[in-house]
Amino acid sequence: MQEHTQLSQKQINDELLRDILTVPKWWLPAVVGLGILVATGLGAFSYMVYHGVGVTGLNRPVFWGFFIANFVFWIGISHAGIMISAILRLTQAEWRRPVTRAAEVMTVFSLIAALHTPLFHVGRPWRVLYWIFPYDFDRGIWPNIRSPFVWDPSAVGTYLIASSLFVFVCLLPDIAILRDRAKGLFVKRIYAFLCLGFRGTPRQWRLQTVAGILLSALVLPVFVSVHSIVSWDFAVLIGVEGWHSTIFAPYFIIGAIHSGVSAVAMLMALAVWLYKLDNYIKPDHFDAIARLLIVVATTWFFFFFLEWVYALYTLDSPEIALRELQAFQWPYGPLFAIFVILSFVIPVPIWLFKRFRRSAKIMFWTTILVNIGMWLERFLIIIPGLVRRTHMTFDWGTYHPSLVEILIVVETFAFVALGMLLFAKVLPLIPLFDVKEGMVFRHLIKVGRKTVPASIREGLPHHYYEKKH
Amino acid sequence: MADSQDRKWGMVVDIDRCTGCNGCVVACQSENNIPNNLEEHFNQRRAIQWIRIERYWEGEYPNVKARFIPVMCQQCGNAPCEPVCPVYATYHNEEGLNVQVYNRCIGTRFCANGCPYHVRFFNFWEPEWPESLKNQLNPDVTVRSRGIMEKCSFCVQRIRRSTREGERDEVQVEDGDRALSPACVNACPTTALTFGDFNNDSSQVSMMKEEAMANRGKKEGRGYRLLDNLGTEANVIYLKKVDNSAGAVHGH
Repeated sequence: MQEHTQLSQKQINDELLRDILTVPKWWLPAVVGLGILVATGLGAFSYMVYHGVGVTGLNRPVFWGFFIANFVFWIGISHAGIMISAILRLTQAEWRRPVTRAAEVMTVFSLIAALHTPLFHVGRPWRVLYWIFPYDFDRGIWPNIRSPFVWDPSAVGTYLIASSLFVFVCLLPDIAILRDRAKGLFVKRIYAFLCLGFRGTPRQWRLQTVAGILLSALVLPVFVSVHSIVSWDFAVLIGVEGWHSTIFAPYFIIGAIHSGVSAVAMLMALAVWLYKLDNYIKPDHFDAIARLLIVVATTWFFFFFLEWVYALYTLDSPEIALRELQAFQWPYGPLFAIFVILSFVIPVPIWLFKRFRRSAKIMFWTTILVNIGMWLERFLIIIPGLVRRTHMTFDWGTYHPSLVEILIVVETFAFVALGMLLFAKVLPLIPLFDVKEGMVFRHLIKVGRKTVPASIREGLPHHYYEKKH
Repeated sequence: MADSQDRKWGMVVDIDRCTGCNGCVVACQSENNIPNNLEEHFNQRRAIQWIRIERYWEGEYPNVKARFIPVMCQQCGNAPCEPVCPVYATYHNEEGLNVQVYNRCIGTRFCANGCPYHVRFFNFWEPEWPESLKNQLNPDVTVRSRGIMEKCSFCVQRIRRSTREGERDEVQVEDGDRALSPACVNACPTTALTFGDFNNDSSQVSMMKEEAMANRGKKEGRGYRLLDNLGTEANVIYLKKVDNSAGAVHGH
């Protein structure tokens, strides 16, 4: 049972803002290291722009490779934000409070990492605006709205705008605290500007709350749309047997939630270790997110199973050949086994035990495994899907990623990590006001002989609010 | 000849006549400014051949037969590559051609993944020619830069030029005219390839198509389309090989 600690407002402020106002020892080396990785990736990208897409391992018939697999992965990670801050907020899951911001910030950075991909991916990156920007420029040609590719940037862009706004709205009260506590005049000015004059008046609080709820409700359609559209990039192609499947949209969405929520659990463990936030992120939170993960992972596994059943049910020889390639042939067979083991077989039985669920260490490693597995899942959908043995036997090929591709993929990971670190340096990664609100709602009630913590649900008893006025 | 709006270009490929000489491939390379495919390009699987001769071995030794299928863009009536291009670099023109607009192409390679025939080619590198070959580049055809997609156009430049010159000189350009036909058709020594207007009932291709498709599925019918089950409505009709020795093989 949760040990109940009431932290004072001052203690919350002190502890959560500690790492912003001071610099931890590991911070600078970490930032420099990640910065070097990002710079190397950008160097590799420049090299690719200068010499052409020939420097990748792509060929005919494997026209898409690491970049697209990585794109799908980051879009998947970004589903964490919407799951935690919208779904859990609307279903009033109390445990979400300390993790909402980290999830949302990770969403923003992983969406930006995903938005790198159109640039990396195309043959002529200097013309990429003709694709991603819905405008005819001086050419008189609007983008082709029949192409799922046109909806990718618009869905991702919508999600990015909504997430950034959400992060910002939720930050306002915390920036106001930072403004009050910042030492230097210049820094104070910046925070004062950023908090838009938030002083904590009742009207401001009301507006802030309404904006938060509105944004989390409005972003809900994106929950379905973003990854559906990403899946249509594949499902639309009638010539690629392994991709041309109607189950792709829900399968991709649930896979995205699986890897996204896992990433949030990983972040929680990191926050506990790096920022010593064990007063806020407790075994209870790990317990709750692991329970959610069991449900998500099992649903995902069901869809994964269905995808295979649908494919084999056709008894279509190319489809069966593709499945054989995916699961049994070198090098995809071993990768396939690793993927299934890492993303389901190992973590889910571990999460079934309460002892393991409540351990930050075990949650960290299992969720890392899930995300390695989920990266492999995207790889195994995309590459064998194209390497398949088609009817046109003259064009059987294979794919080996080049160093340039690997460096650029590493860059996206370093970019997200660096972004999170820099964010945590200037703004609190745990929402102060949300935690305090949770403290206010939390009460101890007596059930028989036991005293258990309970939460008043926000917004439910309507008359409760009316009485106060 | 019918009005240009009513034309629908198509090709009939008689497998029985194809000897696999690769004359069409060479003709296409030089007509369409396709860069020289070096050995390394083949090893990288990045060679560009708008038309290729697929060679298959059939049967077990000693009764082995070489089979050849020339494969070029099938100019699908319902092309999988067209709807997926975000910038309209590939679209269906009014003459039934699946055209590729190089200026618009940004190189997402979506179309190439979608093509079940694998006849779309990406310029992974900047194309290069030896100095001695630069003067033989066809001025009617764009030299494609790197980073864009290209494919067989049924030599649209020849169709355009012959139509234009026909209008200017007030001459009727007949189907099967060498000026109109694609380079591969002109180069084929065994006339395995026939090009023309499917909408012109009196053209040779229409008659061949009609005959081929009328008996489709029957024993005497020879016509088929590649991967017809995908519903691409290809405008290239293939005629099956007539195998006189088929009975003999079975006799063994």
